[in-house]
Amino acid sequence: MKLRFLLPLLAFFALVGLLFVGLSLDPRALPSPLVGKEAPDFDLPELHNPEVRFARDDMLGKPALFNVWASWCVTCRHEHPMLAELRRAGVPVYGLNYKDTRSDALRFLARYGDPYSAIGFDESGMVGIDYGVYATPETFLIDRNGMIRFKHIGMITPEIIETRILPLYRQLEAET
Amino acid sequence: MRPLHFLYAPFLLAALGLPLAAAAQSGPTAPPSEPMTFESAEHEERYQRLIRELRCTVCQNQNLIESNAPLANDLRRQIAVMVNDGSETNEIIDFMVARYGDFVLFRPPMKSTTYLLWFGPGAMLLIGLGVLGTILWRRRTQVGSTPLSGEEEERLRRILGEGGGDKA
Repeated sequence: MKLRFLLPLLAFFALVGLLFVGLSLDPRALPSPLVGKEAPDFDLPELHNPEVRFARDDMLGKPALFNVWASWCVTCRHEHPMLAELRRAGVPVYGLNYKDTRSDALRFLARYGDPYSAIGFDESGMVGIDYGVYATPETFLIDRNGMIRFKHIGMITPEIIETRILPLYRQLEAET
Repeated sequence: MRPLHFLYAPFLLAALGLPLAAAAQSGPTAPPSEPMTFESAEHEERYQRLIRELRCTVCQNQNLIESNAPLANDLRRQIAVMVNDGSETNEIIDFMVARYGDFVLFRPPMKSTTYLLWFGPGAMLLIGLGVLGTILWRRRTQVGSTPLSGEEEERLRRILGEGGGDKA
């Protein structure tokens, strides 16, 4: 008899719990089908020098970070110092300049610094489509064989560097 | 008094200029969109069906035809190119799912991760009906009539007898 009166209360708390968890979820964060798959191939002009090509295979041999950014993306500006941080930690950082103009992108780098080893200039956004990009910035961690091992959508924070990127990078470094 | 309209002119110009400047600064630079042409009516029909079935991942509650996002524009163009190249509808859908996941589909596929989505509402309805059924069944046995005991019968007769009134 007592249980009968307790049951609605328990159901209520269960519902509150579910809604509370639901509130903390980000509906914009979609699971990427690319994690665990090979990074899509590309061959693009380099941002700094259109004569030079930058291809996917240039990133292989060592685990590397591949960051999709644009000068019109405000979050990318906030994220920028984090990339320099990662580079200082010894992580090779490559860029994909997504749907931007060359002059805007170069001005952005001149102003905020250039942590990238090389940047592909994806003016049409076609390479972005291959990487399933829908909200810059997006960041991929690619292992030495070209496999995507981690993807982050949105700004990289110090917490994400500490808890996700660096531990995984060290692990990938140790892999042969 | 002389009209002072000319004093407003700078404000008016500023007001007109501001949105233009903002538009020029913000937003990615999509390549200028040229109208899409199709080789046949069948191609166009397939294209039109696809852009209604695929979701724009930027503005998540719109499909590709409704969305003005630059990405939606790029994806529409990509679909048009693939349709004209003779890709099958399911090839184009696979292309999108490989990049953006099942999320791009407004009709998610039936598989182990989506069983809850597909069967959840039906299961909830069945559970609800079950609970309602048990409650009603129990109540039916509760309202069954129980005969009065001998003592109660006696009391009832006494009360009715008093009410009838001997002294009337």
